[in-house]
Amino acid sequence: MLVRRRLAGAGAVVALVAVASPWVAGSAQAQGEKVLRAGVTQELDSLNPFITITRVGTDLTRLTYEYLTTYDPKDYKPVPGLAEKWETSADKLTWTFTIRSGVKWSDGRPVTAGDAAFTFSTMMSNKDAATANGNFVQGWDSVTAPDDRTLVIRTKQPRSTMLALDVPIVPKHVWEKVTDFKAEPPLPLVGSGPFLVQDYKAAQFIKLTANRDYWRGAPKIDGLDFVYYKNVDAEVQALKKGDIDLMSRLVPAQYDALKGDPNVRLNTGAGRRLNEILINPGATSADDRPIGDGNPALKDVRLRKAIALSIDSKALVDKVWGGYAQEAAGYIPPGFSEFHWPEKQKFDPAAANRMLDEAGYAKGADGVRADLQGKPLRLRLLGHAGTNLDEQASKYVTSWLKDIGIAVEPQMVADQKVNDATTGANFDLAFSGWSANPDPDYVLSLQTCGARPNADGKGATPDSFLCDPEYDRLYTEQLQETDRGKRVELVKKMQQVLADRATLVLLGYDNPLEAYRADRWAPFQTQPVDGGVIMNQQGYWGYYSAERGRSTDAAASASAGGDGGNTGLIIGVVVAGVVVVGGVVLLVGRSRRRGAADERE
Amino acid sequence: MTDFLAPVEESIAEAPPPSRGGGVVRYLLAKVGGAVMSVLMVVVLGFFLFRVMPGDPVSIMTRGRPVSGAQLAELRGRLGFDKPLLVQFWDYLVGLVHGDFGQSYAFNAPAGQIIGERLGPTVLLSGTAAVLAAALGLWLGAKTGWHRNGPLDRGSSGVALVFWSIPPWWLGVVLLMVAGGVFPTGGMQSPDSPSAFFPHAVDVAHHMVLPVLTLVLALYGQYQLVMRASLVEEMNADYLTTARAKGLRDELVRKRHALPNALLPTATLVFLHLGMVVSGAITVEAVYSWPGLGQLTAEALAAKDLPLLQGIFIVLVIAVVVMNLFADLLLRVLDPRVRAS
Repeated sequence: MLVRRRLAGAGAVVALVAVASPWVAGSAQAQGEKVLRAGVTQELDSLNPFITITRVGTDLTRLTYEYLTTYDPKDYKPVPGLAEKWETSADKLTWTFTIRSGVKWSDGRPVTAGDAAFTFSTMMSNKDAATANGNFVQGWDSVTAPDDRTLVIRTKQPRSTMLALDVPIVPKHVWEKVTDFKAEPPLPLVGSGPFLVQDYKAAQFIKLTANRDYWRGAPKIDGLDFVYYKNVDAEVQALKKGDIDLMSRLVPAQYDALKGDPNVRLNTGAGRRLNEILINPGATSADDRPIGDGNPALKDVRLRKAIALSIDSKALVDKVWGGYAQEAAGYIPPGFSEFHWPEKQKFDPAAANRMLDEAGYAKGADGVRADLQGKPLRLRLLGHAGTNLDEQASKYVTSWLKDIGIAVEPQMVADQKVNDATTGANFDLAFSGWSANPDPDYVLSLQTCGARPNADGKGATPDSFLCDPEYDRLYTEQLQETDRGKRVELVKKMQQVLADRATLVLLGYDNPLEAYRADRWAPFQTQPVDGGVIMNQQGYWGYYSAERGRSTDAAASASAGGDGGNTGLIIGVVVAGVVVVGGVVLLVGRSRRRGAADERE
Repeated sequence: MTDFLAPVEESIAEAPPPSRGGGVVRYLLAKVGGAVMSVLMVVVLGFFLFRVMPGDPVSIMTRGRPVSGAQLAELRGRLGFDKPLLVQFWDYLVGLVHGDFGQSYAFNAPAGQIIGERLGPTVLLSGTAAVLAAALGLWLGAKTGWHRNGPLDRGSSGVALVFWSIPPWWLGVVLLMVAGGVFPTGGMQSPDSPSAFFPHAVDVAHHMVLPVLTLVLALYGQYQLVMRASLVEEMNADYLTTARAKGLRDELVRKRHALPNALLPTATLVFLHLGMVVSGAITVEAVYSWPGLGQLTAEALAAKDLPLLQGIFIVLVIAVVVMNLFADLLLRVLDPRVRAS
C-alpha cells in the first residue's frame, strides 16, 4: 500500500510538471526582453578581475571593464579604448596615455586616469592583485596620473607591448576599500564595459545586463546570458530547440550535421590556436644543466629536421580536422595575419630519408634506423588521452615516421601527466599547443632560454626547450622595437629561426566551429572581419554587435521556427493529458481496490 | 532459507524478552564507532591519495596563460606547496577540525561552501530518482514475483534487464534527443527562472523530468529483480500455506506475509544505494549539465583542486557510511534475527 501511495504521488508530480511545461517554456520569450543566450562549457573560476584566469572569466572582464586599448575587429591591430590617444618619449621609456573624457562607471562616477593608475600600481605593489595579469607590469618603473585625463607610465626598458596591456581598468573608489584582493567582489560589478554582470549561479548561468551608458553607445540588446552546458551534444540540442542562441566548440561531425537546419547559421574562422609536436632537443634547465629523459639522438638538428619533413599537415587538416583547419606554416597562427609567417611547412619524406642516409643513420634489417651510437631509433610520442587530435594524429605520425625509419611508440595519457612530462622534459616527442594573443610576445617568449624551468622541472612554463642565442637576441629586439613595421619583420624572422631549429613541428591551426540562431539574430561582428570568430574574441565586438533580426540566407526557411515551437507545445499538452489521465486512473483504481479490501478485512 | 525461517520466528516469539537496554546501546556504540573509524581512515587516505595523482596544480592552473616564474613561485607559496608534506597534512587536519576544507584553487572560494552549494542539487536529483526507482522496482518486483512466469513477469523483467544494462549516459543522450523538444536540455533552472517559490519549484521540477527519468530507468531494474527473486524464494514457505489455510485472500497473503519477509534483502540494497546517491549520478549530471557534486568532482579532478577533491571525498564517504549505519540499525528493527544475535 505504501509503495502504491508513493507511486500515485510520483504520478501526480509528473502530471503537474507536464501541465506546467508549456507555460514555463513560454516564460523566457513572454517578457519581451532582447536577451542573447550563449552556451559555455567552462566553469568560472572567479569574478574578481585581478584573479580570474579562465577563458570565461577573461571574457567577462572584457565585457565588464574597458581596457586602455583594445584590438580592432578587422585585423587585431591595437585601437583606442579608455585611452583615446597616446605618445612615447624619445627614449621610448615614457608612455603618456590620454584618457577619454565623458566615460562613466556604471554607478555614475566618471572614469579618470586615477582609476587606471590605481589599477596598475596596485598590481605592482600587491601580489594578490598581480595574480592574473602581473606579467604586464613587470619591468615597469612607475605609474602616475598627473591629472584626471593623463596617465604616465615609465618602463625600465623600451617595451613594444605597451599597446597590448590586457588589463581591466577597475574603479578606484570601489577597489581602494578592498583589503583582500583575492576575495570575490560583490554583485553587481561596477564597470565601464558594454555589459555588466548582474547575477551568477555557479555551474548554471551568468547573467549580464546591457550598460545603457556605454561610451560607444548602448548595446542593441537588453542582456546577455551565459548558460552552462557540460556536454556539447546537449548544447547542440539546446541550440536546435532554441534554449540558447549562440555556441562555439562544435566538433566537425556536429557542425556538418547542423548544415541542414534552416534556423541555424554556421560560422567558422581563423582561431588563435597553434598545434604542435615538441621534439626534445636535449633539454636543459634554467642553469644550463641537462634535465629530463629525452632520447639523446634528438640533439642532432638533422634528425629533428627529418622528422619535421615527414609530417603531412595537409593530411591532418583533411582527415583529423575534417577540413576545418589551416595547414601548418609559421609559429604565429594565420588569424594574426600581420605577424604570421606564411611559408608552408614542407612535407617531403624522400628528402627526409636522404638527409638521414647522408647523416649516417643506417637502416637495419627491420627498417628501423640506428642512431649515431648504433642504437635503434625508437621514440616515445606523448599525447593527451581522449583528445581527438592527439589520438588520431598519433597514428598518422607513427606511420609517417616509420616511412623514414623511425619507430614511434604513442603513449596517450591523462592531461596532467602530459603536463608534468613536458614541463620536466621527460619526453621524446609530445603533442602540445598554445592559444596566441594579438600581441605575439608571450608565445614567442615560450621558446627563449628564460622559459626553461629549474632543475625540478618547475618555476616556468617551457615549451620546446629551445635555447638559442640568435632566437633570444631577436626576441629581445622585438620586445624593444616600438616601430611596428620593424617589429613585424623581427617576429617573422624568429619564426624562420624556429623552423630551422626544428625543436617543434607545427601540425596546423584548427578553426573554431560556431553556430547561432539565424531566425532570431542578425549576423554578428566577427574578429577578424574576414573569416573570424564570434565568441572567444580578443574584445567584446561579437556580443556587442548582437542585434535581433534574421541572417539573410536563413530567412527564407526561418518560418519553420514558429512551427517547431507549436509542435513542442502540442506535444507538451498531449503528454500532460496522458499523464493526468494515467494518474486519475491509477488513483481511482487504487481507492476502489482499497475499498474492496477494507470491506473484507 | 524457507525451511529454517519459520522456526526461527517461532523461537523469537517464544523466547523471554531480551534485556533490550544494554544490548541496543552496545550495538549502537559498536556500529557508530565503526563508522567513525571509517571516516577517520578516509580523512587520512584522502590527503595522501590525491597527492599521489600525477599533475602539478600550479602548472595546470596556469596552463596556456602568460605567467612569469615569479608569479608561479608566488602561487605555489600561496597554496602552501612550498611547505613539507607533513606540515601540509597537519594544516589540513587542523582545518578539518575547524570544519574548514581549505580554499579551492579552481573556484576561489572555500571548498566547503562550494560543496554545500552542489550537494543540494545532487541530493534533489539523485534522491528523487532513488526513491522513485525503489518504489517502482519494489512494486514491479512484488507483482512479477507473485505472478511468476506470467505475461507481466516475462515482459517487464526483460525490459528491466534491458534498462539495467544500458549505460545511463547513453540512455540520457537518447532521451535528450527524443524529448529535448518538450523538456529543457540542461541545467536545474532557466536563467530567468521566476523568484517566487511555486513558479520556481515548477521550473526546477520541469528541468528534473528528463534526468530523473533517466536515473529511474537505469536504477529500477535492480530493485525489481532482487525483489522478485526474494519473493519467489518465499513463495513456497509453509507460513504462506498456513495463511492461505486461514482463508486469507491471495492478495492479503502476499501483502501481509510474503512481502515483509521478501523486503529484508531489498531494504538493505535500497539503503546501500541511498548512500551512493550523493556520488551516483556523475554521468547523468554530465549529460544534463546538472549543477551537482558529480560535475564538481569531474572539474576538481581535471584541475587537481586538492582541497575540493579532499572535501568531496570526505562528504561522499560520510554519506555512504551514514547510510550503511542506518541500514544496520534499520535491519535490526526490521529483522528479529539480527536483534536475537
